[in-house]
Amino acid sequence: MIRARAIQKRFGDKRVLQGIDLDVPEGEFLLVTGRNGAGKTTLLRLLAGLAAPTRGELEVSVERGQIGYLTHEPLVYRELTALENLDLYGRLYRVPDRRERTGMLLERFGLWESRTERAGTYSRGMLQRLALCRTFLHDPVLLLLDEPFAALDDQGADLLQDELAGGRTVVVAAHDPARFATLATARLALT
Amino acid sequence: MSAYAVDVATLARKDVLLELRSRDTLPAMLLFVVSALVVFHFALPADASDRAEIGLFWIALIFTALLGLTRAFAAERDQGLLDGLVLAPVDRSAIWAAKVISVVVFLALAEAVALPAYALFFQPVGWQLVAAVALADVGIASIGALVAAMAVASRSRELLLPLLFLPLAIPVVIGGVGASVSENPASFLGFLGLYDAVFAILAWASFEYVVTE
Repeated sequence: MIRARAIQKRFGDKRVLQGIDLDVPEGEFLLVTGRNGAGKTTLLRLLAGLAAPTRGELEVSVERGQIGYLTHEPLVYRELTALENLDLYGRLYRVPDRRERTGMLLERFGLWESRTERAGTYSRGMLQRLALCRTFLHDPVLLLLDEPFAALDDQGADLLQDELAGGRTVVVAAHDPARFATLATARLALT
Repeated sequence: MSAYAVDVATLARKDVLLELRSRDTLPAMLLFVVSALVVFHFALPADASDRAEIGLFWIALIFTALLGLTRAFAAERDQGLLDGLVLAPVDRSAIWAAKVISVVVFLALAEAVALPAYALFFQPVGWQLVAAVALADVGIASIGALVAAMAVASRSRELLLPLLFLPLAIPVVIGGVGASVSENPASFLGFLGLYDAVFAILAWASFEYVVTE
């Protein structure tokens, strides 16, 4: 599903990624670890197609609409309610049974009661739950997750852990590898 | 309705809804355009020419548009939301088209106040001016949405947007003033129509390269 050969990414004079080789077959759970600034987020942006490598070959055999991307920003409009945000993404991703799927995810991630409140009034943890609803909304084939447990309480973390156990292809960047000990089938340490 | 039109309508509706909720852009545009016209009214001598009056009206209009364009991608810029839109399986030019529609809506609302204010302070508003303003709105929004997206990606965005937009808006002022004072407004209106067509096609075709690396 993902094949990378000697990819390099530079921002001006700063080299962020150097000589990364990757082979991620379907169903693999790849855990990417590394210190702050090691290039974990940059690698996920490259895999999502949001940035291009400076050098090297990168092939991701998944269409844009089949990627679920979770990053540090929840990627939701603060002036819109949770329901409106998910409805917007549901329309753009052409999710069949959009309303049912939205309701199911809001219920599952514990946001149903606050679905008509603006996202700007949410706590950091609630925003992360909403971001997870957005990420899973279109039932993606490939999940690219950057610190997915950030700001989640134990209940939210358990819910996410259940979702991740679904057998999808996952690339997750994390500081704390212990959370993924039972899920990860491959590891990449960035230095 | 085609899938493309549905995507554009969805995104444009979102932009209008965001403005209705936040009320960040339109009140500022209205206040600016009325204030500018009041200042020009007192600054110009009583025997100022029609051309001077209409010229100042167009300058007020261009800077009002610039104010709106500065905020056009504010939500996407502040919250990194452009990534979310770019990842969606929609033609990226739909993001541009939706911004064009929302900018035209905000400009039209500002002009609904500016044109009567101009008639009150300066001279009656003729059909030529209304037609020129309508055509100018499309051109301003088309090129403005593109350069606003370029500016969002830059660290010096507050500087970059006016630097890119104002030179490109000079033909709008020439066409607008010409259509308003000329005895043959049709040629200037045709010029504005051509400007709209050329820049709309250029912006539509190049937007994808602006929002992706």
